Amino acid sequence: MEIGKIIENLWVDSGFNNLFTHWENAVMIVIACVLLYLAIVRGFEPLLLLGIAFGMLLANLPLSGMMHMELFTGKSLSEISFSEILHEGGILDVLYLGVKLNIYPCLIFMGIGAMTDFGPMLARPSSMILGAAAQLGVYCAFILAIVFGFLPNVAASIGIIGGADGPTAIFLTSKLAPTYLGPIAIAAYSYMALIPLIQPPIMKAMTTQKERETVMTQAKPVTKTTKIIFPIAVTIFCVLLLPDVAPLIGCFMLGNLFRESGVVERLSDTTQNALINIVTIFLSVTVGATSVGYIAGTGENLGQNVGFLSTSTLLIILLGLLAFSFSTVGGVLFGKIMYAVTGGKVNPLIGSAGVSAVPMAARVSQNVGAKYNPSNYLLMHAMGPNVAGVIGSAVAAGFLLSVGRVLGWT
Amino acid sequence: MLFLAIEPISVPEAFLLSLVGFAVVFIALMALIAVIKCINALAGGVKKETLAPAGVPAAVSAPAVPASGGTGSAKVPAPGSLGDIDLYTVDDQTAAMLMAIVADDLKAPLNTLRFTSIKEVK
Repeated sequence: MEIGKIIENLWVDSGFNNLFTHWENAVMIVIACVLLYLAIVRGFEPLLLLGIAFGMLLANLPLSGMMHMELFTGKSLSEISFSEILHEGGILDVLYLGVKLNIYPCLIFMGIGAMTDFGPMLARPSSMILGAAAQLGVYCAFILAIVFGFLPNVAASIGIIGGADGPTAIFLTSKLAPTYLGPIAIAAYSYMALIPLIQPPIMKAMTTQKERETVMTQAKPVTKTTKIIFPIAVTIFCVLLLPDVAPLIGCFMLGNLFRESGVVERLSDTTQNALINIVTIFLSVTVGATSVGYIAGTGENLGQNVGFLSTSTLLIILLGLLAFSFSTVGGVLFGKIMYAVTGGKVNPLIGSAGVSAVPMAARVSQNVGAKYNPSNYLLMHAMGPNVAGVIGSAVAAGFLLSVGRVLGWT
Repeated sequence: MLFLAIEPISVPEAFLLSLVGFAVVFIALMALIAVIKCINALAGGVKKETLAPAGVPAAVSAPAVPASGGTGSAKVPAPGSLGDIDLYTVDDQTAAMLMAIVADDLKAPLNTLRFTSIKEVK
């Protein structure tokens, strides 16, 4: 027995020996650890960030064999070899098919639908305008991305970060620019976690003390019949208007109908608990695993790194921040318009909740409002624009998909 | 690579697309407002209750009567309140906790519920 040779082979085959073959992977491991710290210690959106960070860690550990991004990178759905993935892929490759086939975002939307109460929005339909206004960031970021030289399909995927809606961002990006799924998903979820830091300074800068102290009248209760008819009506209307958005809106409203119908309590309970939790695990880990530091380019990119660590990733992170900021500006701006039009009956702070990060953006409106008037309860008022923002970002994604199909981006 | 065939677009074109896209979102949500108003009209969507202007959810402010049963004649309901709640051998904190539990159990926002009395069953 050649003990020396065995030990040498053990070293050669170990990840330690290969750790610095591509320094980019080592850097990604450090980034994954930082994200784990933010999720666990600082509590930044831990439900998602923990899984994303750990997926990133697994995918960048050399020779782990769990994720092979080269099986997906730069390939459209029709070019992916499913047989190869099933035979040679790791567990994350197989789970990642749920992202590529857009199964997870739709199931997440079903869960969100089952957890969403449209009551505040139905009681005050005008709040939907704020949900539309807060999509401003989507289009501002789209224009800026074009200015920075991104192709329009990538620019559209970057823009949707401004919708502050993770599943929608993943849905659109996996269709238009799957190569950029990792950085876009991470930017979207990271900024959603940072909403309590991003939004308040903008809200304060754009409103006066008097506006921030505005007390709104209590919303009137809505009948159960209205709550049941609403998801059905929205599905018919939105899918007829933008068929591309049918998977998202359809699943979202199905989940909501489970909740509101009152006749499928078990399904509603499963959707808003077990189902969404399971899918969140799969989605977060596999999206994180797409962030591989080094991926060898092929074809035109032969010899180049087409992995996560690139200038375009940094630009995407920057543009994502701008998208969130512009969306907040759009919401608050229209909130101010509504304040003026209604003679001071609408607190402009609820406009920022039009970005669809539910319910975090609504909580920010509540917290900022309560800071200036402790007896002011804006939470339920802010939930209206907040859930309208979910519909708004889905419509924006549907529009971009539709344009992409016409202009040959897909 | 997959996207080599995709044509870049100019900034004015991007601006125009954005303008149309933003308009589509607005039109879609405005149309949904109209849909909601139709549903409300057909299904009696918003309950015809007259509520006083307030920022405080009704149920939160409801336990205005002390547990001791003291009823001051000059008592003014809290803003947004749907009225008083009668508490029998239950203190304010327990009443608030019970209302929160009921709201959670019913999966209904607290401010959409109206509690008239809470009494300990012995």
